[in-house]
Amino acid sequence: MTGVATRTGVRDLRSRRGRRRGAVIGVLIALVLAIAVASLCVGAYPLGPADVARVLAGGGEGRENFVVLTLRAPRLVLGMLTAVCFAVAGAIFQTLLRNPLASPDVIGVSGGASFAAVFAILILGLGGLAVSLFAFAGALLVAAAIYLLSARGGLNGFRFVLIGIGVAFMVNASLNFMITRADVREARDALVWLVGSLGSARWSEIALVAASVVVLLPLIAVFAPQLRMLQLGDDTAAALGVRVARSRLVLLVLAVALVAVGTAAVGPIAFVAFVSAPIARRLVPGAGLALIPSALVGIVIVTLSDFAAQHLLGDVHVPVGVITGVVGAPYLLWLLTTTTTNHTTNRSQS
Amino acid sequence: MLVVLVIVLGGVVLLSLAVGARGIAPGAVLDAILSPVLSNNDHMVVRDLRVPRTVIGLLAGAALGLAGAIMQGVTRNPLADPGLLGVNAGASLAVVVGISFFGATQPGGFVWFAFAGAAAATAVVYAIGSSGRGGATPIKLALSGAALTAALTSVITLILVTDLDTLNLYRFWAVGSLVGRDLGTAAVVLPFLLVGAVLALLSGPGLNLLALGDDLARGLGQSVLRARIASALAIVLLCGSATALAGPLVFVGLVVPHLARRFSGSDYRWILAYSLLLGPVLLIAADVLGRLIALPGEIEAGLVVAFLGAPVLIAFARRSTVTSL
Repeated sequence: MTGVATRTGVRDLRSRRGRRRGAVIGVLIALVLAIAVASLCVGAYPLGPADVARVLAGGGEGRENFVVLTLRAPRLVLGMLTAVCFAVAGAIFQTLLRNPLASPDVIGVSGGASFAAVFAILILGLGGLAVSLFAFAGALLVAAAIYLLSARGGLNGFRFVLIGIGVAFMVNASLNFMITRADVREARDALVWLVGSLGSARWSEIALVAASVVVLLPLIAVFAPQLRMLQLGDDTAAALGVRVARSRLVLLVLAVALVAVGTAAVGPIAFVAFVSAPIARRLVPGAGLALIPSALVGIVIVTLSDFAAQHLLGDVHVPVGVITGVVGAPYLLWLLTTTTTNHTTNRSQS
Repeated sequence: MLVVLVIVLGGVVLLSLAVGARGIAPGAVLDAILSPVLSNNDHMVVRDLRVPRTVIGLLAGAALGLAGAIMQGVTRNPLADPGLLGVNAGASLAVVVGISFFGATQPGGFVWFAFAGAAAATAVVYAIGSSGRGGATPIKLALSGAALTAALTSVITLILVTDLDTLNLYRFWAVGSLVGRDLGTAAVVLPFLLVGAVLALLSGPGLNLLALGDDLARGLGQSVLRARIASALAIVLLCGSATALAGPLVFVGLVVPHLARRFSGSDYRWILAYSLLLGPVLLIAADVLGRLIALPGEIEAGLVVAFLGAPVLIAFARRSTVTSL
């Protein structure tokens, strides 16, 4: 009798969780759509949703085409793509390294990209695509350095994080050194790059990012079940048939690649990687990885922030990364005060 | 070991007084302090420039070492440092506001802004971290600290990208430096720092019990709440003082407790004692090195400490069979 009761109880719980997850994802998608429509309609040249739909379908006039297809849509699409990069990468890092603070922006991977980019801007005087290439290489190099320094008898998550923090400090100190020695105007340019900006979105660039995402996300989906088992602890995962060291390395490489692509395109949009997964996991308790909700939360944060950055501050146009912290962080703080602690993250902490 | 460390600290202090763009013999340094001659340039350099920056280094280093040890104990997170609980971000935002809206221009004028900002941020982080179900768990404290840092940093950047003059002043404060503060600044902060240090040194037994986990600590008769409040107060006082004195110095608070653990094992009473001494050793040594490597100019202590400390941390994480706290 009790066996039957427990079994139905578990089934109940599962379906309740499933419904909750479905509802959260539905609401997030609705939010994304609403923000997208608003981003395409609102501006100095306002358009109705019907007009926007007509322009997107190819029936627009010269001016409408320019406003929607050259100014607003690239910005929106690039924001969405990079948000997915950062949010998913952050979720993988935090899960893999078992520390909610271990997002790529904390352990120096984004910092490596920033250092390389600021070096290119301030010391080499470069701009545009060259800066992106530097950022991409910087992220990969720093991640490789952290990995090689910490690899000793398999990847120890804690050692990886600690060494990552050390590298982050060096990278940030180098950044500060360059910024204090540069001309103040150039320092501001570097600062704008450092917080992340969608202002320079071009379709050619977006195609590159989109292609990378299309390749990387399915690969991550393939390895997600193993990540879920790794969450249970290395021994359990190994007993369940996961090749722990190899899976870790592959997942880490995929996450770093996402960060590098995103950062190269728009700069390290601040805090998206850090806050998206914790928010998603509090919205869907017990969901485990929550990669899809994390990605959606990331999109909401970035697109909402960019909308605010363009329209809510009057004539002052600021880079999107300035706003993401203000949009994402208070929400995470509010969630922390109102919801129970997520047990999976809690256990991995202690 | 503790005695050796005291001697090392004495040596570093002496170096800090003697070394710089103008090298001064140890004998002359002692003369300058004991029987200064006003017309002697060496004596004036020691008294007006080197003594203040050494004292600031001593105070800020000790405060950061202690604060870091307590933070890592309370949050049970080995990554905890003043940057984590929102302290540096709070202080930085207050200083940016001070520069931008109240026209503060000198590091001495930043003191009260930095102090108020650090205290407010820590209070907010604790209030948020301890509300909701389950009280102030380590994970909630760490997350709310990092989240508040994110929010405040956004506001700071918003002000900086729109206000070039503020950026120009702020970027030099933000790297962390021991220069340009006089002893008056130190005297203002000293009472807060002392109270914080006493609280910190008394919190060792409580932290030892917290390290066993909240449930076990409670079972052994420890008031978890009281231990947390006392350590929060110590953190506010210590970090606020240090940031007010030297700017948002990174790394000292993080790396010092890890080094201290090497000497002392896992007993927090000893970790705190070692951190108290190791903090100033690290900070002053970094300051001295910063004066030497870029002669005739110098590199700020905050930058040197990161370059010096990071390889130490990395070597350390590689060598030891590290475990989480």
